[in-house]
Amino acid sequence: METPVQDTMLLEVPALTQNVALCRVAVAAFASRLDFTVPEIEELKVATSEAVTNVVLHAYDGPGMVCVRTACRGPCLEVEVQDWGKGIPDISQARQASYTTMPGRMGLGFVFMESLTDHLEVSSEVSKGTTVRFRKCPSGDNAEADRLAGGAGPEDAGA
Amino acid sequence: MNDVQHIDDTLIVRPEGEFDVHTAPVFRQDVERSLEATRARKLVVSLKSVSFIDSSGLGVLLGRHRRMVELGGRMAIVSVPARIRPVLELSGLFKVIPVYDSEKKALEKM
Repeated sequence: METPVQDTMLLEVPALTQNVALCRVAVAAFASRLDFTVPEIEELKVATSEAVTNVVLHAYDGPGMVCVRTACRGPCLEVEVQDWGKGIPDISQARQASYTTMPGRMGLGFVFMESLTDHLEVSSEVSKGTTVRFRKCPSGDNAEADRLAGGAGPEDAGA
Repeated sequence: MNDVQHIDDTLIVRPEGEFDVHTAPVFRQDVERSLEATRARKLVVSLKSVSFIDSSGLGVLLGRHRRMVELGGRMAIVSVPARIRPVLELSGLFKVIPVYDSEKKALEKM
């Protein structure tokens, strides 16, 4: 029996402000082959934008890279945004609404990611880097979203 | 460069395209410069031609609102496209900054 090919994408770019749009557009293009509605694709763009913006603003003092991986998991999309920067000392504090280390910013990045996706995971190690993983399922697939709740990220999607 | 128009004591700014961490600083700079040059005390931001906004864009809008309040002025947002409305609602921005359907409506009400 043939094993179905698990579709994936990997994009690694310098963590620069101009690459935030590139990352979210790439994720949206990948997501458009699944059964997402137009508003759901918009939500994915915002969630990706927030994750990549966090890397650009917080991960590095100097130059660094950001890696965006996507994978189809059944009807759902999994997105992973990784950096090799400073890391987050206190993840639960960073995920709180309105928490920010930068004056003039809203501290809404993680709130948006949580609100606009079905599942969000953040892992981080100081001086090693941070990985944000989120999953979104098309609204017609609630059963699949429940089944996958607590599942793993894109790296395991093909297993 | 953003489209900026000055009518009496009102500054109307019409950003275009995507409003994120890359483009929001340009908007902030354009608004600050125009406010300084015109001494306008009312700011109307038309989002009619904005195709995308995230928390970086929203943060800059909220920052301009704070700035107008500091200056003893007012700010409104107008012509919010349907595709970006959910993110604005989620952020709670509508509770802080008045929103009108059109520039005309804002100019009448402000």
